[in-house]
Amino acid sequence: MKISHEEALHICDKAQYNEASKWEVFKLKFHTFFCKTCAKHSKKNTVLSGLCSNLHALDESTKEAMKKALEKEQL
Amino acid sequence: MEAVTKNTTKHQLNPSKWVDAYADYLFNYAVSRVSDAEIAKDLVQETFVAGLNSAKNYKGDAAERTWLIAILKRKVIDHYRKINSKKGKAEVRMSYASTSEEEGDWLEERVADPFTKGGDETIENRELGLAIHDCLAKLPKKQSLVFTKKTIQGMSTEDICNELGINPSNLWVMIHRARTALMGCMNENWY
Repeated sequence: MKISHEEALHICDKAQYNEASKWEVFKLKFHTFFCKTCAKHSKKNTVLSGLCSNLHALDESTKEAMKKALEKEQL
Repeated sequence: MEAVTKNTTKHQLNPSKWVDAYADYLFNYAVSRVSDAEIAKDLVQETFVAGLNSAKNYKGDAAERTWLIAILKRKVIDHYRKINSKKGKAEVRMSYASTSEEEGDWLEERVADPFTKGGDETIENRELGLAIHDCLAKLPKKQSLVFTKKTIQGMSTEDICNELGINPSNLWVMIHRARTALMGCMNENWY
């Protein structure tokens, strides 16, 4: 049941992507109940996930196509 | 009498690095303004081409990215001009409710509620997105790449590991470092 701070941080990261199991999430919650530093980090990490949810990025194939078009234009 | 010295450092254009360095930033900027990923992609592409064609006019006073953003802004304005002239200027499309549950809803009830989503909030979200991109640009290249693929593009751990030739432990270490650095950067620059 008891986990180290490192393990708590790792579970916290995985939880941001819904890749932590229910048991892991339970262990994290138990840990953060007693560890205020990890609780604070966990809260910030969740806020960051929320901020990033509105971000967009171009996929690699689009970037490659853009590069090729630019190279063509430069010739 | 004290001599006034001017900072004469001039910026230079490097078109071969534009896509890697600025495409995502410009894309976010465009998406937040046109709300359509395909149109935004085209605008970014047009911006790069326009930048290349007017490179001879670049004086080097502004940073490369600032200059490209200025071009993109004009592209966005041109886009709206074009669609407005196509639509016959101020055409408002409003579909009236036909279901019995929504009967009796007046037009006034369908306009945006100024108390729930004001202009300030929209502007803040746009700036926030760009601020995160600024922080992402400060990360080591591989960390930034892994974070972008995992968090923004939503790729699976397995796919990223296969593509980049890393193992899941490496990936999680990089994700953790990237997230910690981003939290610190946003703390400094945004809050």
